Amino acid sequence: MHEAIVYLHPPGRLLALVGNPNCGKTALFNRLTGSQQKVANYAGVTVERKEGRLTSAAGRTLRLLDLPGVYSLSPRSPDEAVTVEVLRGQARGEKRPDLVVCVVDATNLRRNLRLVLAVKRLGLPCVVALNMADLAERQGLHIDAKALGQALGVPVVRAVAVRGDGADALRLLLDEPTVWCGPHGPSLGGGGDAAAQPEHDARGDHVAVRDMLGRLGLDALVPNTTSDRIDRVVLHPLLGPSILAALLFMVFQAVFAWAEAPMGWIEAATEWASGLLSSHVPAGLLRSLLVDGVVAGAAGVVVFLPQIVILFFFILVLEESGYLPRAAFLLDRLMGGVGLSGRSFIPLLSSFACAIPGILAARTVANPRDRLVTILIAPLMTCSARLPVYALLIGAFVPQRAVLGGLQLQGLVLFALYLAGIVGALGVAWVLKRLSAGGQTRTLMMELPRYHWPTLRNVAIGLWQRVTIFLRRVGGIILALTVLLWFLSSVPAPPPGASGTAIEHSLAGMAGRALAVVFAPIGFDWQICIALVPGLVAREVAVGALGTVYALSAVGDDTAAALTPLIASSWSLATALSLLTWYVFAPMCVATLATIRREAGTRWAWITAGYLFALAYAAACVVYHATVWATS
Amino acid sequence: MASPTCPTSLDRLPPHQPMQVIAVTAPPGAPEWPGQLQEIGFLPGEEVCVLTRGAPGRDPLVVRVGDSTFALRRAEAACVLVGAVQESNPSRTRHA
Repeated sequence: MHEAIVYLHPPGRLLALVGNPNCGKTALFNRLTGSQQKVANYAGVTVERKEGRLTSAAGRTLRLLDLPGVYSLSPRSPDEAVTVEVLRGQARGEKRPDLVVCVVDATNLRRNLRLVLAVKRLGLPCVVALNMADLAERQGLHIDAKALGQALGVPVVRAVAVRGDGADALRLLLDEPTVWCGPHGPSLGGGGDAAAQPEHDARGDHVAVRDMLGRLGLDALVPNTTSDRIDRVVLHPLLGPSILAALLFMVFQAVFAWAEAPMGWIEAATEWASGLLSSHVPAGLLRSLLVDGVVAGAAGVVVFLPQIVILFFFILVLEESGYLPRAAFLLDRLMGGVGLSGRSFIPLLSSFACAIPGILAARTVANPRDRLVTILIAPLMTCSARLPVYALLIGAFVPQRAVLGGLQLQGLVLFALYLAGIVGALGVAWVLKRLSAGGQTRTLMMELPRYHWPTLRNVAIGLWQRVTIFLRRVGGIILALTVLLWFLSSVPAPPPGASGTAIEHSLAGMAGRALAVVFAPIGFDWQICIALVPGLVAREVAVGALGTVYALSAVGDDTAAALTPLIASSWSLATALSLLTWYVFAPMCVATLATIRREAGTRWAWITAGYLFALAYAAACVVYHATVWATS
Repeated sequence: MASPTCPTSLDRLPPHQPMQVIAVTAPPGAPEWPGQLQEIGFLPGEEVCVLTRGAPGRDPLVVRVGDSTFALRRAEAACVLVGAVQESNPSRTRHA
């Protein structure tokens, strides 16, 4: 018997925004829907789906779908395929839109109008929103919306997405019953027969658009003077890379310097909450669960927010302004050498704060192989959770002295650890290129849009969406794992009169002792191995766990201070360097692996964990034995 | 600089020399490139010019086509056949 899947669609008419990339579509979407947006995925694919509510001028509520940007209706990437499937009514779980709003960049009519002709051929009712009309006028291009509408056979309204009243004409138009009735005027290619091969007539559409623009007196090219002037500096062979390096340095400085204070507040709030719980809940298993499981788990999620917010703020500003594609252009050769394109740059940059938003950002990489490689190497970027571990070990084993004329040795070691991660990632990508990219040709063909001033509103909406996605996707995983690991390190309770700390007798302790056999060749003792187990939730937890293993009573920042002399005297330099190397490469974060599983599938999560483990083990082994040999 | 013999391919143009697209050809092993290049605007009659090139190896290129700017790899630009701008071309750059 067949089982029919019935999708229930929410009531209300559905509009879809369609347009070329960089036509200001998302800005218009934000202008039309404000904060009334829902971000999710399309069924079966990891393509972001944004839907919002929009109110027409007469007060009717409509649903608005922001489809991924396309140049034509023959898709090049999974994103573009979604747009085409939705417009054809073939997307799983999606209703075919009742009306398509074609967003057109008024400063680039030739390319944008070709898409309008292709969409019109699909037979859906269609209106055109002439975006950036103010910009075109400033460049001397005065567009008569009515005349253009008559020529196209669909209603055309002016819109300026960055202005408050910029979308009012569109809201007004949506109340006219005629716009919902299907193509107007002379129908090109015969209405409902939608699949009439819109793929193969870019040339035909090109001729039609140029004829039309010629008749309307709109065929002049719009000069890009300001953008060209900026590009002369930004894309200069010598100045360009220097500006990019300076920008990245500034972003990093900001991520670490500005986030320090809010992270301190979050830690203080956590201690306050733990203290409050401790004084109100009687000592025992419940209190331990609440304090060490729930509160610690929640804090472990929230403590990364300041860095993620700051990093994404910069990424969004650079994206809105039009700089990011230029950065990708400047880095294309470097990334091309290891089989990636400049597009992988943004996800990898995000991974320096946390690999999870980086892996999510890999969706913007169009080529499926490149996207997978980007996801696989993202955990090698030094995320901020490694910093507490690095700080502890560097503080204990690297002397504080100046070398090479004023440079701090400790700072240099930290820099070397970052570099080791980057070099490791490039190496892995290079190997994967050898293994998988054979004969494959990838395209760049990337648009460098005009520069725009970023608007605070769009940056704020983008930031809010990324933060909520991070909390929703990651919050649950980290919280659940923290509670699970609390359980593993608390039961069974030590037998009365037993020597040693409680954790030694727990399940985690037993696992740690078993692991010590595996890790002995790279110089880890059983105390380190026990600390590695809770460190799987989030790397920085290992510092606190070491404190527990060594039965320290100090909490928070004091743990590291108390641990420093202890480990400096009990570990050899070889062990410390080996552990540092281990942390550069090891798959020590279950939340990252869970995210990879969601994005790329179970198989790739296991492959990532496996190769990272092998890489970390081999590298730590080399470092350990080399140090033992050098210091003996 | 001496003007290159016409027609030539886009990757061989000196910077800032306006030309016109004549045709787009497929390289061996990438039959889908001409379609994609046409969709982003490399269509017969469109004005093109190379704006700048990447630092190491002069790759990729920044190309103006019509009203848009695209970054293309050298191999991609090599698919675009260009010739001298025809006087009958209806489009002319407006000087603001």
